[in-house]
Amino acid sequence: MSLSPEVETQATDTLAMSPEEKATIDTILAENAGKPGATMLVLTLVQENVGYISPPMQAYIAEALDVPLSHLYGVLTFYSFFRMAPIGRHKISICLGTACYVRGGPMLIEKFQQVLGIGMDQTTEDGRFTLEVCRCVGACSQAPVVMIDDDILGRVNPSDVAKLLRKYK
Amino acid sequence: MVYRAHILISGDAACIAKGARDVEAALWEAVQELNLKDEVQILEVSSLGHSDQGPEIVIYPDGTDYVNLTPEDAKFIIEEHLLKGRPVERLTYREPPSLPLPPPSEKEVRVVLENVGKIDPENIEDYIAMDGYMALGKVLGEMTPEEVIEELKISGLRGRGGAGFPTWLKWTLARNAPGDMKYVICNGDEGDPGAFMNRSVLEGDPHSVIEGMAIAAYAIGASQGYFYVRAEYPIAIQTLRAAIKQARDYGLLGEHIFGADFSFDLEVRMGAGAFVCGEETALMQSIEGARGMPRTRPPYPATAGLWGNPTNINNVETYANVPKIIHKGGSWFASMGTDKSKGTKTFAIAGKVERTGLIEVPLGMTIREIVYDVGGGVLGGKKFKAVQTGGPMGGCIPEQYLDLPVDYEHLKEVGSMMGSGGFVVMDEDTCMVDIARFFMEFTQDESCGKCVPCRVGTRRMLEILNRICAGEGRPGDIETLEELAVYIRDGSLCGLGQGAPNPVLSTLQYFRDEYEAHIYDKTCPAKVCKGLIEYKINPEACIGCTRCARNCPVNAIEGKPKQTHVIDADICIRCGVCKQVCPVDAVYVE
Repeated sequence: MSLSPEVETQATDTLAMSPEEKATIDTILAENAGKPGATMLVLTLVQENVGYISPPMQAYIAEALDVPLSHLYGVLTFYSFFRMAPIGRHKISICLGTACYVRGGPMLIEKFQQVLGIGMDQTTEDGRFTLEVCRCVGACSQAPVVMIDDDILGRVNPSDVAKLLRKYK
Repeated sequence: MVYRAHILISGDAACIAKGARDVEAALWEAVQELNLKDEVQILEVSSLGHSDQGPEIVIYPDGTDYVNLTPEDAKFIIEEHLLKGRPVERLTYREPPSLPLPPPSEKEVRVVLENVGKIDPENIEDYIAMDGYMALGKVLGEMTPEEVIEELKISGLRGRGGAGFPTWLKWTLARNAPGDMKYVICNGDEGDPGAFMNRSVLEGDPHSVIEGMAIAAYAIGASQGYFYVRAEYPIAIQTLRAAIKQARDYGLLGEHIFGADFSFDLEVRMGAGAFVCGEETALMQSIEGARGMPRTRPPYPATAGLWGNPTNINNVETYANVPKIIHKGGSWFASMGTDKSKGTKTFAIAGKVERTGLIEVPLGMTIREIVYDVGGGVLGGKKFKAVQTGGPMGGCIPEQYLDLPVDYEHLKEVGSMMGSGGFVVMDEDTCMVDIARFFMEFTQDESCGKCVPCRVGTRRMLEILNRICAGEGRPGDIETLEELAVYIRDGSLCGLGQGAPNPVLSTLQYFRDEYEAHIYDKTCPAKVCKGLIEYKINPEACIGCTRCARNCPVNAIEGKPKQTHVIDADICIRCGVCKQVCPVDAVYVE
């Protein structure tokens, strides 16, 4: 996790679970709490369906699974896919797998940072975009690749960046 | 219902990226509109082979292959081809004329990839029509577990995840291990950068892996299996979930399969972005719900694996081979490949090569054949420098070994390894020190932190490599790297740590002069490392179009429209964007 301690403290105060989020988590817990290895299973499903696992959610899940919160937090921080805070409406992931790296991924990073005015792992002020680097997404023949949400954009040229972003409101 | 024609549309990531979904929607619309829906079937399949020219469709029975489609083209094709019976010549796929090499299919042999792109992965009946689940039926009806293992022994199949451990031996160990509860696990945590073989199989032919796992379960005496798939593959996860459900509905998973005294069920578990979970003991920790950190072996998973029970863990491709071996016989499989490495292997060719993508070739094919005959040669006719195999734990193989047969033993001999099948081609513009630094950054980031030599050692190595690439290399750096490499290799529990120094060691072995040039001459021969290069604009060539200045992220380029532009080296961050966007190649590196 890339969140600094200050951000996390702040997050605890502001990110109470919404009723919808709680309902989704309850469904996941009801279906999976009894299964062997439930901690990881529940966390991956919550991440998949809710999009993040805030500190109040962590406490709630730990309680429901009857595991120490410290254990849950340990698992959560070990895996890079888990998030503790919501991200921008659109997630931009620039692939830095070998093929993309060789074919110009680092150049795209510079360009996206310039266009969005943010650094890596940051979200734009209007909550529109979050910028990230990701590992290989498995579309190496299209290198360099950028993923925006579930769209895989291949052969991205730095000069196309501003145009690419237009359709993501 | 009998259809007059079938339209297969490629739903692989590359085609979707280029608008395959819109094309598919347009196909549906046109079929509805022209009242052809009872005559024409539209099926979404995995890759159809020319994803670089997607969106792509193939219309059967005649097999016409259309590429580079737009939704308007789709409508036009339905009207012309299916209503009027006139294939649309201008949209059909043509072999690239510039390649005088034989088409890849001649050197490729598809076993694992046989069905990928031919069947609808979300329809179990497609798989059954391709002799799917015949092998499982044969195993449950006619063979004892010992006979299954014997057949695998004859085939010579070895683990396709990297180390190449004989599959029959792994199964025998798990079978002979005492225990009432046993497990089979499929390792789908394909994390090597540049490798996407397993994703294609899981997305394109999921039932072959399910069938392979069921056969393994029967052979070792297990009743529960787990797929461990990385969260970065959401389509693979969805496809698998659907495939497992269908297999259950058809009685091919669950209680008393084929009426035999054998019950087996499967569950998908997701990884969450930890590369080290591809290591088998870490993977099992992760399934158990803990931090995915490797542990000491022995005991091996075969005797004490998941929740302490005997467990067989194989990679996606290994399992996908099993039904074919049972169905066609072990000796058929053993007839392909080399003396010690039997069968075929899928590779993901990527990097600086003309035809990138997924291939499957008999083991023992030379690097030259793979790069030039199958891959179409180095991109832009540049000079071949090296090929990187085996992922971040593998090594770079230089030009002198172009005729090396690609199999487990030979790759190891030259300081690399098979790995899961990454095959990244590098040309003269690739800096080998930079590549070593890139891999070290990857392993450093992914080190789980359990073993100190790996956790601290990779960071020290990375710091030295960063320094060398920044132009601040010092005499003695190479020796320190070599020393650290031995400590990390010998002092780490799992393959990640043991293999982490490999990219550095292999580049040092074959490209030591490049390291020396960085350290002593302060030059980067491939003109890549930012601290050692300068971007310049050739005043003769510059047309003053302002593209470079507009795209420069730090405004380091000055110049008025239609006048020669100049780069201020003090501001320039050497990102190379100007060179990439220049329409007349006026930007050069010094």
